[in-house]
Amino acid sequence: MSSQQEQLPKDAAAAEGKVNVQINGKWYRFPKGTRIADACNSVGIHVPCFCYHPKLSVAGSCRMCLVEQGMPPRLAPGATPTYNDDGYQTIQWMPRAVVACANTVAENMGIRTDGTVCREARRAVLEFLLTNHPLDCPICDQAGECKLQEYTADYGQPSHRFTEAKIKKGKNISIGPRVNLDQERCVLCRRCVRFMKEIVGEEILGVVGRGGHNAIACFPGKTLDSNYSMNVVDICPVGAMTSKDFRFKMRVWFLKSTPTIDTNCGTGTNIFIWSREQQIYRITPRQNDAVNSCWMPDNHRLNYKYINSEKRILTPLVKTDVGAPQRPGAWEPTLRAVSEQLRRCNPKQTAIIVSARLTNEELYLAGNLAQLLGISQLDIVPRSGEPDGMLICADRNPNTTGAKLILDKDGRTLDDIRLGIKNGKIRHLIVIGEDVTAEAAIPESHLSKLDYLLVIDHSETATTRAADVVLPGVTFAEKYGTMVNITGRLQRLNKAIEPLGASRADWDILRSLLQGSGGDMSLLTARAQSPMEILDEIAAQFPAFKGVSWAAVGNSGIPITETGETIPLIEREQTKQ
Amino acid sequence: MTESTDAISALTVEHPSPGKKYYPPFQPTADLEKEAKEYVSMYPEGKELSAVLPIIHMIQGKFGYICPESMSWIAQQCKCTEIHVAGIVSFYPGIRTRCPGKWHIRVCHTIACALSGGEELIGYICEKLGIDPKELSGDEPMGISPDGLWSIEPVECLANCGFGPNLMVNDTLYSQMDKEKVDKLLAEYAEKA
Ligand code: SF4
Ligand code: FES
Ligand code: FES
Repeated sequence: MSSQQEQLPKDAAAAEGKVNVQINGKWYRFPKGTRIADACNSVGIHVPCFCYHPKLSVAGSCRMCLVEQGMPPRLAPGATPTYNDDGYQTIQWMPRAVVACANTVAENMGIRTDGTVCREARRAVLEFLLTNHPLDCPICDQAGECKLQEYTADYGQPSHRFTEAKIKKGKNISIGPRVNLDQERCVLCRRCVRFMKEIVGEEILGVVGRGGHNAIACFPGKTLDSNYSMNVVDICPVGAMTSKDFRFKMRVWFLKSTPTIDTNCGTGTNIFIWSREQQIYRITPRQNDAVNSCWMPDNHRLNYKYINSEKRILTPLVKTDVGAPQRPGAWEPTLRAVSEQLRRCNPKQTAIIVSARLTNEELYLAGNLAQLLGISQLDIVPRSGEPDGMLICADRNPNTTGAKLILDKDGRTLDDIRLGIKNGKIRHLIVIGEDVTAEAAIPESHLSKLDYLLVIDHSETATTRAADVVLPGVTFAEKYGTMVNITGRLQRLNKAIEPLGASRADWDILRSLLQGSGGDMSLLTARAQSPMEILDEIAAQFPAFKGVSWAAVGNSGIPITETGETIPLIEREQTKQ
Repeated sequence: MTESTDAISALTVEHPSPGKKYYPPFQPTADLEKEAKEYVSMYPEGKELSAVLPIIHMIQGKFGYICPESMSWIAQQCKCTEIHVAGIVSFYPGIRTRCPGKWHIRVCHTIACALSGGEELIGYICEKLGIDPKELSGDEPMGISPDGLWSIEPVECLANCGFGPNLMVNDTLYSQMDKEKVDKLLAEYAEKA
């Protein structure tokens, strides 16, 4: 046997700081200290877990993750280990199962997740969990994404042996302004308790009672009102914590989930948008350890109602005469008229206000349009608020960094534009994605003095009402694009629903305007048929974006620049590790 | 039993009890605070939480039971949340949220005592004191006599199994009880009242 001369697998693994583990008969290598559950899941072998959550402390209480484990036999004094042909020691299996969440891998360890020991352990755990469970899946919001339901289908038994009366507990308890609790559906994993204590730092939830009467509760008079409360709905493996907003609205299996990002602040929390037939039903956080871990703030999560609101502008609106009301128009003639009008405007008397809520691609096209028309007065509208020390940052624009990189604008010349409008030096104004009467503080009376006001926006605002022409753009849920968050991470927006009505993606509108305005540069941009191709152009022109492509950004983003900014919650998570 | 919609507010319901006249009402005085501080100081800093249980015993000893206000007070003393205290109070059957009578009788009904007659004694005592035995089921099994002088609670093993049936009146253990001895015992305590 040549293996004696060759390095043994254990030494080879140790050299990389890893250990060899056999899972269901196959050998794998994992870094030392990996939890058995994580190890199995990382190679596609699913270990069912209720209480284990990688971002919370380990409770090891639900026992759902029981696996069969073995180690090489303990050696008699003086004996030396023997290795088989493959260089491993034989594994001696333990008669009882161990929890995969609270134990870590070790050299030459064996794990079995498919044997009788495991199957029987899981079956028994589920049987116990279901003794007092109300079995109300037909009216439960979690149905379809419930771990108890899934595991019962996979590992449970079809019949019930429990004939005693079930213990009754509280149902439909309003435990906070946004969350309802059903104590009977709870599997007492304590994820919600640990989340509130460890991540939010407010010990609002606790377990009361004993044995079969155990229940989650908050102290009377206290409520689960943290701005992060809805995360407990996400991490609750069953339907015990439900979102008041989403309750009874839609069966989850009808929903399509689109991975994208939150645009409520500069953090750019990674999210899923859940939609069906052009309607958005909910938003949930999507794990990204460099941005938001597994969490998101409630107010950002619930800020989606404007997407399907009555206020949306669904066709171009045109004022045919001074003082005339806006009337719906068709796209092509409107675009032609706008392009013509723009060419007639004196660039010295024209300004563009763009939103830092636009994507990089849109900002780039807006910059091109300005250049093409010779307009030098262009800026974004800064928007700030109190940071919350968790995920919400002071910058309430999602793409300030992108605007800085692409347009070299940060809102500092907005005052000049405002003044120009006030004293009549600016006669023509193009507004893209902003209500300038709000944060930009340009009063309506000043807007009405303008000769020409072109607005691209998705919803009716004081600014759109004052406009000569409104071109209906879309919300972040209806378009593709990229943004750069406060830490300098380039992230992707994905389209969850098609543009509502006759509205068009902002990049599409800007591209049409560029094409309609003639000139050489329009040829270049006219070639780009999609935000992906526009991104390629950006990558070719801006050093920070060098080498970047739609595919390379992926759904988790890539850092492209250093800003010195950090996200407090992520900082804390990293120091904890 | 409490209604399900009220499963949470049930945690701080103040239960009526005729026994209250024999105990002082809970008052968070400076002296009480001093006493609590002593318990807290027995544990290392940051581990104030550990003092919850001894302080609960101290409060129950003085005031007969743990009232809702005392839960909040204990949480303050131990720098923890009220829900944590409520969790402990609701976990242990020995921690009461209802005021007992002046003489609290704990009758062992674990196997050895139950077999030697303890189980019957419970019914017998209830009858003698005018307590409804139905009160002895549920989360906190305890019956209180209408005059508030007596209360009875079936408990698990009192660690004196060889000499059953065992019972305790407040903190004194009585062994090898039978109906006659119970009669005598109750009469004795009634005298003391
Ligand atoms: S409510 Fe949900 S998260 Fe909380 S302990 Fe129960 S099952 Fe776990
Ligand atoms: S997931 Fe391991 S014990 Fe709950
Ligand atoms: S069984 Fe009654 S004292 Fe042990």
